Amino acid sequence: MARITAGVTTSHVPAIGAAIDRGETTSDYWAPLFEGYEWSRKWIAENLPDVVVLVYNDHASNFSLEVIPTFAIGCAESYQVADEGFGPRPVPEVRGHADLSCHLAEQLILEEFDLTVVNRLDVDHGLTVPLSLLFGQPEAWPVRVVPIAVNVVQYPQPTGRRCYALGRALGRAIASFPEDLTVQVWGTGGMSHQLQGPRAGFINPAFDSAFLDRIVDDPEGLTHIAHLEYLREAGSEGIELIMWLIMRGALGERVTPLHRFYHVPASNTAVGHLVLEAG
Amino acid sequence: MAERPDFDDIPGTTVFTAQRSRQGFHLNQFCMSLMKPENRARFKADERAYLDEWPLTEAQKSAVLARDYNAAIAEGGNIYFLAKIFATDGKSFADAAANMTGMTPEAYREMMLHGGRPPEGNRSIKEGR
Repeated sequence: MARITAGVTTSHVPAIGAAIDRGETTSDYWAPLFEGYEWSRKWIAENLPDVVVLVYNDHASNFSLEVIPTFAIGCAESYQVADEGFGPRPVPEVRGHADLSCHLAEQLILEEFDLTVVNRLDVDHGLTVPLSLLFGQPEAWPVRVVPIAVNVVQYPQPTGRRCYALGRALGRAIASFPEDLTVQVWGTGGMSHQLQGPRAGFINPAFDSAFLDRIVDDPEGLTHIAHLEYLREAGSEGIELIMWLIMRGALGERVTPLHRFYHVPASNTAVGHLVLEAG
Repeated sequence: MAERPDFDDIPGTTVFTAQRSRQGFHLNQFCMSLMKPENRARFKADERAYLDEWPLTEAQKSAVLARDYNAAIAEGGNIYFLAKIFATDGKSFADAAANMTGMTPEAYREMMLHGGRPPEGNRSIKEGR
């Protein structure tokens, strides 16, 4: 049977990807950020899962305004890297696990989480930057990936409560996959940041710190944060943090925090990163 | 536009609602077209002519030509779509953010290095907190 071994949360700022792609990770500006991921890179090399279920949001790369799925699951054998306006990132294509994807789509929809099934999906920095942060620049990614995309572009995004409930169902669905697989669930995006308007550059370390605490031992409490509170307290793009709740729901009641890192700034964003062991 | 006084109470912020998505549909779809290298080349060669191929309002076209991202957002633009314009220009999200805050890129970068824009005074206009 498939088994969830751990969860990872990380921001997915595009400038981090650019820093990796241009070989700037040891610069004065970037070194403090990448040092915060060194522990995790060693840890994952020793605890490599077969599959990462990677919860992220598309940033107007695969999904235009023609169709805006609230939750979508990639069910393909592979995913191409999107051209976000400056050419695709020079990273390997992302290998999927179509059998697991199809199983998850079936189980989740039967559990009344009506995910959109996506058979062709180009993945952007939201998905590739977390892979780069954990795996560096390999010839091929060392894991297979099941992408779950969440709408955070257009209001109303799904509620934190719905995301947490989806995560719990996702945990059950993974556990019922008959093949022996180790699976990690990653929740990406956040933390506080705002990319638009005169309030751009908004950062709230107190909110972020509390969120990092509570995602470990009070995720249920975090599900009560409403859209307006995210907008006020975490910036207009900080609502990406709802995706961390999907990861946390999937990991079950208890988790053991193994690593925690927080850094300001990466471009416009507060970077938060956790490694959580299931159980 | 739907009335959302609570959203309007957040300083310097435009919430991208379904109504704004309707208002900015063609503007944002134009942005999306810049994900193809051949379209970027045609846009760069003659921005006005490229924009004229899209059913945009004059205000939307002017905002794009001026790279006035606050104006583009007021006309229904969404930052993740507008990102395709500044990516085409070889600019980063931080450059675009500086543009929207009225700061120089250097001053904006300096603010971020010092912890960013603080929440104090930036949560609510009405409540002044």
